[in-house]
Amino acid sequence: MPAISAAALEELRIKARKLRKDVVTMIYEAGSGHPGGSLSVLDILIVLYYKVMNIDSQNYKHPHRDRLVLSKGHACPALYAVLADKGFFPSAYLSSLRKINSPLQGHPDMRKTPGIEMSTGSLGQGLSVANGMALAARLNQSKYHTYVILGDGEIQEGQVWEAAMTSAHYRLDNLTAFLDYNGLQIDGWIRDVKLPQPLAGKWRAFGWHVMEVDGHDYAALLEAIGRARANKGAPTMIIAHTVKGKGISFMENQLDWHGRAPNKEEYEKALAELSQ
Amino acid sequence: MTEEMATREAYGKALVELGRKNPSIVVLDADLSKSTKTVLFADEFPLRFFNMGVAEADMIGTAAGLAASGFIPFVSTFGVFATGRVYDQIRNSVAYTKMNVKIAATHTGITVGEDGASHQSFEDIALMRVLPNMTVVVPADARQTCQAVEAAAKHEGPLYLRLGRPKVPPVISPEVPFELGKAQLLREGDDLVFIATGITVGIALEAASLMERHNISAAVVNVHTIKPLDEVLLLQLAQKTGAIVTIEEHSIIGGLGGAIAELVSENCPVPVIRVGINDSFGESGSPKELLQKYGLTVNKLISAGKAAVEKKVRAY
Ligand SMILES: Cc1ncc(C[n+]2csc(CCOP(=O)(O)OP(=O)(O)O)c2C)c(N)n1
Ligand SMILES: [Mg+2]
Repeated sequence: MPAISAAALEELRIKARKLRKDVVTMIYEAGSGHPGGSLSVLDILIVLYYKVMNIDSQNYKHPHRDRLVLSKGHACPALYAVLADKGFFPSAYLSSLRKINSPLQGHPDMRKTPGIEMSTGSLGQGLSVANGMALAARLNQSKYHTYVILGDGEIQEGQVWEAAMTSAHYRLDNLTAFLDYNGLQIDGWIRDVKLPQPLAGKWRAFGWHVMEVDGHDYAALLEAIGRARANKGAPTMIIAHTVKGKGISFMENQLDWHGRAPNKEEYEKALAELSQ
Repeated sequence: MTEEMATREAYGKALVELGRKNPSIVVLDADLSKSTKTVLFADEFPLRFFNMGVAEADMIGTAAGLAASGFIPFVSTFGVFATGRVYDQIRNSVAYTKMNVKIAATHTGITVGEDGASHQSFEDIALMRVLPNMTVVVPADARQTCQAVEAAAKHEGPLYLRLGRPKVPPVISPEVPFELGKAQLLREGDDLVFIATGITVGIALEAASLMERHNISAAVVNVHTIKPLDEVLLLQLAQKTGAIVTIEEHSIIGGLGGAIAELVSENCPVPVIRVGINDSFGESGSPKELLQKYGLTVNKLISAGKAAVEKKVRAY
């Protein structure tokens, strides 16, 4: 990945403010949803979709496109906002989130939403699926890269570690995983529910190439992805240190904002902050 | 295929044939490839075979990812591990997504035998049948297994193929055409119909011929595809005979018997007696002893047949 210019960084920051507004608006209009984890993962999605992934919204089933599996499916408002902005579907869809007959389901549905590579929502399954896609690329001698994003609570699921062994066994260097390490799950701080440490050590012990970055620093994310792509013979895990609810002061690091919509007053406050 | 052969053995051979013809076929197993016979495919196509280790959930997910990228994965392990163990993975990553994944479970029902209850699945048909988009197929013998494997690969979408461990004799003659979703009327009859699936088809045929002694003319139909059911033929037979006995190597709850009871009670209410496992777990023993102990026998079927005919008479 080439180093990114100051101007390009500023563009991404402007984009991020717009997309954060979209996310909050969608969840406000839906009356339910998951703002915390959507806002923590958004910057990772921005880097992938605007700077890294080889995809074309007008030809989104192209066999050699890069793939992204959002394994922590509840954060889909962030992905929907990005996909709409990239032209995968009309932005008008966004206000139908979670409503009857909507193409934008409460959790991602690949059969209803253009650009969604895999239906998710039941946590713990995305890494296995991404492995399958990466194995398929190898069988087809295709150069596409598969990305997958996991939650830090999600990795308490045993299947994740079955899959981690698979990625390493098959030396899937055409696969890069991100851990959205925001420190929170539904019932509390991850460390209080189930100690994640040693976190990087676990993935290393499972045979992964591991990096840790600030998950809201575009230049750092880009650099890490570049190193992941250059790394051969093993899958890469990028542990992205993030803030749940990032960008909206009263949502940041607050357990309460995992899975509830803002009321009118909160919504207006959030928009005002994002407009500053 | 005039000799006895286990359906899992036929499956392993059919996979190899399929692999030669179709480069999109990939096979996954979870450390049971010698038992499931996917080892035959692995030997010939090592690059298209993935041994996932003892990790069934990961295996289903990986298969979904391969299918999402255009391959046709056949996934094998024992019935208990291929269904209940990974139910949510099948539900969310395969059925909901309509992935072109074929789940071929090789050790199902009571004839798993000596391994006992932990390994005997009596609920797998029920679990798979209730999933939207899932097709459920239970071949009756080795030849039918080959036909089913072929058809499964052509069918677009998730499919559960229920296979067995022990050798079974050929019961379906080669002239009987095989088509997914089309039940096979193997014997005509006027008073009663035995509706069977899998290894119980042979038991039903034998019982039907013995029913003549009791002046009961019994039809026999093989429902190799439990979902979608061949409603047209089955309702015709219900109408014509007015009495039904189902038989399956599965719980009487939710499997073939359940499906038939649902169908006829809505459309053509006639007495239905379900023969199968009576809401219990299994145990160790030889397949033959277990079939006897759990009532999957010709004699049991004959008495069920008589009872069904009697109920019909009383109903009029
Ligand atoms: C298998 C499964 N169990 C439970 C849930 C309910 N659930 C939704 S989000 C969540 C917490 C996830 O925490 P984390 O992965 O840290 O997500 P994030 O903090 O990024 O929102 C849970 C338990 C689920 N979706 N899937
Ligand atoms: Mg979290």
